[in-house]
Amino acid sequence: MFDYEMLKLIWWVLVGVLLIGFALTDGFDLGAAALLPIVGKTDDERRVVINTIAPHWDGNQVWLITAGGALFAAWPLVYAAAFSGLYWALLLVLFALFVRPVGFDYRSKLDNTRWRQSWDWGLFVGALIPSVVFGVAFGNLFLGLPFGFDDTLRSSYQGSFWQLLSPFALLAGVVSLSMLMLHGGTWLMMRSEGAIAARSQRAAQVCALVFLAAFIGCGVWLWQGDIVGLHISQIGAVDSALNPLNKTVLADNPGWLANYQLYPHTKWAPMLGILGAALAFAAATAGRGGFAFAGSSLAIVGTLCTAGFALFPFVMPSSLDLASSLTVWDAVSSHKTLGIMLVAACIFVPLILLYTLWSYAKMWGKVSTAHIQNNSHSLY
Amino acid sequence: MISEAVVDLSRLQFAMTAMYHFLFVPLTLGLAFLLAIMESVYVMTGKQVYQDMVKFWGKLFGINFALGVTTGLTMEFQFGTNWAYYSHYVGDIFGAPLAIEGLMAFFLESTFIGLFFFGWERLSKLQHLAVTWLVAIGSNMSALWILIANGWMQNPVGAEFNYQTMRMELTDFGALLFNPVAQVKFVHTVAAGYVTGAIFVLAISSYYLLKKRDQGFARRSFAIASAFGLASILSVIVLGDESGYEVGDVQKTKLAAIEAEWDTHPAPAAFTLIGWPNQEEQRTDYAVKIPYVLGLIATRSIDKEVTGIKDLLVQHEARIRTGMQAYGLLEQLRAGDTSDATRAAFEAVKQDLGYGLLLKKYTANVVDPTEAQIQQAALDTIPNVFSLFWSFRAMVGAGFLMLALFACAFWASARKNEERKPWLLKWALFSLPLPWIAAQTGWYVAEHGRQPWSIAEVLPTHLSASSVSSADVWGSLLALIAFYSVLLVIEMYLMIRFARLGPSSLHTGRYHFEQAQPAHA
Repeated sequence: MFDYEMLKLIWWVLVGVLLIGFALTDGFDLGAAALLPIVGKTDDERRVVINTIAPHWDGNQVWLITAGGALFAAWPLVYAAAFSGLYWALLLVLFALFVRPVGFDYRSKLDNTRWRQSWDWGLFVGALIPSVVFGVAFGNLFLGLPFGFDDTLRSSYQGSFWQLLSPFALLAGVVSLSMLMLHGGTWLMMRSEGAIAARSQRAAQVCALVFLAAFIGCGVWLWQGDIVGLHISQIGAVDSALNPLNKTVLADNPGWLANYQLYPHTKWAPMLGILGAALAFAAATAGRGGFAFAGSSLAIVGTLCTAGFALFPFVMPSSLDLASSLTVWDAVSSHKTLGIMLVAACIFVPLILLYTLWSYAKMWGKVSTAHIQNNSHSLY
Repeated sequence: MISEAVVDLSRLQFAMTAMYHFLFVPLTLGLAFLLAIMESVYVMTGKQVYQDMVKFWGKLFGINFALGVTTGLTMEFQFGTNWAYYSHYVGDIFGAPLAIEGLMAFFLESTFIGLFFFGWERLSKLQHLAVTWLVAIGSNMSALWILIANGWMQNPVGAEFNYQTMRMELTDFGALLFNPVAQVKFVHTVAAGYVTGAIFVLAISSYYLLKKRDQGFARRSFAIASAFGLASILSVIVLGDESGYEVGDVQKTKLAAIEAEWDTHPAPAAFTLIGWPNQEEQRTDYAVKIPYVLGLIATRSIDKEVTGIKDLLVQHEARIRTGMQAYGLLEQLRAGDTSDATRAAFEAVKQDLGYGLLLKKYTANVVDPTEAQIQQAALDTIPNVFSLFWSFRAMVGAGFLMLALFACAFWASARKNEERKPWLLKWALFSLPLPWIAAQTGWYVAEHGRQPWSIAEVLPTHLSASSVSSADVWGSLLALIAFYSVLLVIEMYLMIRFARLGPSSLHTGRYHFEQAQPAHA
């Protein structure tokens, strides 16, 4: 089958695919829930928003769970170092995600205003926190995380949660939040009508502009600022099993832009991020939900690829000990495990896409307040 | 060296969150199949009451399912946050079933659960039935993969240590899949889930029958639950996972601890029904024994021995000494002496490397312990006998109580006279906690019985934890306790409220509370 080097590259692509899958699917339901207080003014309106995502949020969330599982299986060192190092950031995301399954299912089970409003706040916060933290985490990858390994490959982390909140990382948090809220807004334009759709349209327009400003801002910061990326100056044969400590890494890649100079055609990724958001803005302005959703989807693909391409082959750069930085070459599982997982992915990902599309097709259509009122006891 | 406090707190947090998660999982496993059976009957007979059953029990299923999803997230995060060295050391093997679980099972279950709840009017009858079955199959597939992962922790087959990457690596995926421990665990665990679902439906239906309301609905639910429950409890008991205790040293140790077998007796050994295990003196006081039975149930034979704890200790001490050599050779290899002779010497003893690592708790160097430290490390290999002995008996006791209940319920239901037997209905109602008692004590036996290892014979628990501070783990532990307590109160409140309301909560106009008075809630 594939040689080890090829498999290492394929798994870099596949982890990216899972993250993009997560952002595209769970992204719109996080975004829609983050827009809940803005677009839903009455209980029925908020139920419309929730019921556009009701049949899908659970399946969508599995993209995140599977991405976590794939990280564990394909890049165990990244999983170990990132989850233990970013302890409180991860727990914050976890606690926020707690509110979602129960919030969706329990909210409308009781006809009590205070009960429902409490869950609405829970769903709002439960969407807001992960949407920001994911961006902040990505921002910190560009800055490097203060972790390192000892000679038994035990990771340790020399930083606190608060240190993650640097200006650049917060700007990256704005990118991810506005990107997902834009995606939620365009989703709601497609799936709701009347006042909710009109408010979603406004929200999508604003989020698209905020996203464009923040995304371009990050780019300018990297280009003109003082962030220095990494580059591997010496490493063993990349088609063999490597210990991450046996490489030499130099900090001589200003703004992580070397890959874009080395492989100019990769510039399609940031272009796509900008054009996607521009399309979303234009289509939202024209009231075309479908095109707007396509635009926000393209913006997501472009944004994640932009980050992945810039960092490659690094996946978790260290600011503490450059050699401890984890790359696609030395953070990976064995040849055998990567091969078996690839077979599993090739069988199941197409199947998943197929039945996911079927479930969306079956549940397609606009959700109205009248529909909520007529099915008050069977809907969320 | 890792602080003891971080290890202990992380263990407490893992135990708490895993046991809490497993309050919801078995009910999901069982109810999903019951829903699929009820809906099959609905599609075959076309009788409205069966659709109402699917919708009503489905409502309770949803309340339970939400917390199952919520608490499952914690489990996935926790390996990384609190057991980072474990994640690195065995991620190459342990991660794969988790990732495949996501791809094969979670997507299936979670995508179709949405259609199950919201697709009634969008799907044809057969499509919806298929969706319900796929939810049930998805949840069971997820149990399969997680138990393959867990079975590997108990009996780590198909993997070996690579000194270059300092971790265990997969050598034989087939061995991982067909690990005998994983196979018996899967059957035992999902069948226990079916029992949980069956008791749940049986108990709540009995409540309606006792209250003499919605009797047609309750009688049919009772009938399906009693038949499904009887078949399931028989599977749990007959295919009890004792047969999985023959393979792997840690499984043998667990068996000896469960049965408080201090000495190796000639086969077939006697079974200690009850007694008072005394670990310090290595004997069981006040033991009531039944001859031959242990040999029969543990080895399924009359001529195989069950190794006693004292003999296991001798074996473990020898393996610790070999493990010290393995560790010394590993140090040489990593210092750059990768000559063929050193590699061959390491290969010869590396199966005991894990036993050497047990000494890390007492000395950083492993190769230079005192005799007392070796003895202490050997004693560490025996888990707490008293708690295992009694947890196991609580599980088995609960199992046999449920067997008796299902047998009576099935008999009464077949003769259609359960409504005239209030004692049976009350018995069924008060049996509601039994499957949870059995499941929790069963997992305690399985996982505490694995100590001091996180991966049997390979990686000691005290080496597996993350390099985080005890303040961090205290913080997360307290936050989890707070969150989980609030969630449990909310869940129980909704569950009890809707269980009491019964099928009237569907607002179809066909059930008790809608006829007596105007509908609300």
